[in-house]
Amino acid sequence: MTAGAYEIKLDIFEGPLDLLLYLIRKNEVDIYDIPIALITRQYIKYIDEMKSLNLDLAGEYLVLAATLTHIKSRMLLPVSGEDEEEEEEDPREELVRQLLEYKAFKEAALGLDRMNILGRDVFGRDHTGEEIENDEQSLMEIGMFELVEAFRRIIFDTGQKDLMEIDVEKMSLSDRINDIVDELEKRGDLTFTDLLENAGNRMRLIYTFLAILELMKLRIIRAYQAVPYGTIRIFLTGK
Amino acid sequence: MDNLKAIIEALIFVSGTPITSSRMVGIMEDVKEKEISSAIDDLVREYEERNGGIFLREVAGGYQFRTGETVGSWVHKLKGQKPAALSPAAMETLAVVAYRQPVMRSEIEKVRGVDISGTLRGLLEKNLVRIVGRKDVPGRPMIYGTTRKFLETFGLKTLSDLPTLREFRELGE
Repeated sequence: MTAGAYEIKLDIFEGPLDLLLYLIRKNEVDIYDIPIALITRQYIKYIDEMKSLNLDLAGEYLVLAATLTHIKSRMLLPVSGEDEEEEEEDPREELVRQLLEYKAFKEAALGLDRMNILGRDVFGRDHTGEEIENDEQSLMEIGMFELVEAFRRIIFDTGQKDLMEIDVEKMSLSDRINDIVDELEKRGDLTFTDLLENAGNRMRLIYTFLAILELMKLRIIRAYQAVPYGTIRIFLTGK
Repeated sequence: MDNLKAIIEALIFVSGTPITSSRMVGIMEDVKEKEISSAIDDLVREYEERNGGIFLREVAGGYQFRTGETVGSWVHKLKGQKPAALSPAAMETLAVVAYRQPVMRSEIEKVRGVDISGTLRGLLEKNLVRIVGRKDVPGRPMIYGTTRKFLETFGLKTLSDLPTLREFRELGE
């Protein structure tokens, strides 16, 4: 076979399993009975081709090459009498299971792509005019990611001077946690910005943020947001 | 209420995001939820029969007006935008999250056989996937799930509306 037959772009494959599936399909072989020697040879040839094209070859491709070679060698070994019971398992089994699972998800991904995607195939109304006042029902619960993002924005906005500060105030995380819970019990809900902007100095700001994260982790509080980048409201769980 | 259908149509029209029937019950306090949902069903059918440029769709637990599939390319011209697309790699990561949630990053990587930090970050930024918590195993790894925006984007009513994952035959049984 000429090298030309392997001139193929790496980026058309979503990973080593995808390349392997392609080879199985191309050779029209049964996925449950993969001719390991043939497929391994072709797989390694592809990888060499990619390397010679100076393509940035992800390490995962090499891992699978090693796995294939290992399976191939195991299949060459005669089954010895003593180990017969242990060796009953087909050395290809784990790989086939992984391939089938990957194939199922690859098809699911194609299925998602065929759906009518908002902003690509179908459209809603553009949000014009004032955003309707949202009540609690339309609030979305948010996770750490949004909180960290909001925190980053606040830290950036406060733009505190980089003065050296000697911390005289003794602070503990559990004190901040208790303060926040007390405040929430009194007032029902608090906004993320309220909590952080009243924090004062940077040290306190960070302690407050850590306290919020800890409370979320413990599921004592929940954070909600009406729209992305909107006001984040914090509630006690179960209130 | 005589003009119940008209009110509902107006509420859905004005609301940018999908509006739930319970929200509408909250607005029209003296109308029963059953009447509202049957009026919504009528409206959905009317738009279906009319077969025009817009349809009333049930998405993410609420209702929203959406353009028909056949007119998309013209809307793109109006907006002057390229269609927003997810890469096949991102779509695969999203599929694993959607069907396996709550799922750890290592589980997704095992299925896809590649590093997924890039695609996962992109999905988190697009707000299609979110961190839903941490798993109670050593290291307390983060676990991921899909968002409400995921349902809206793919026009799904709920997660159970996802097409069933084609089962794969188990080996060596």
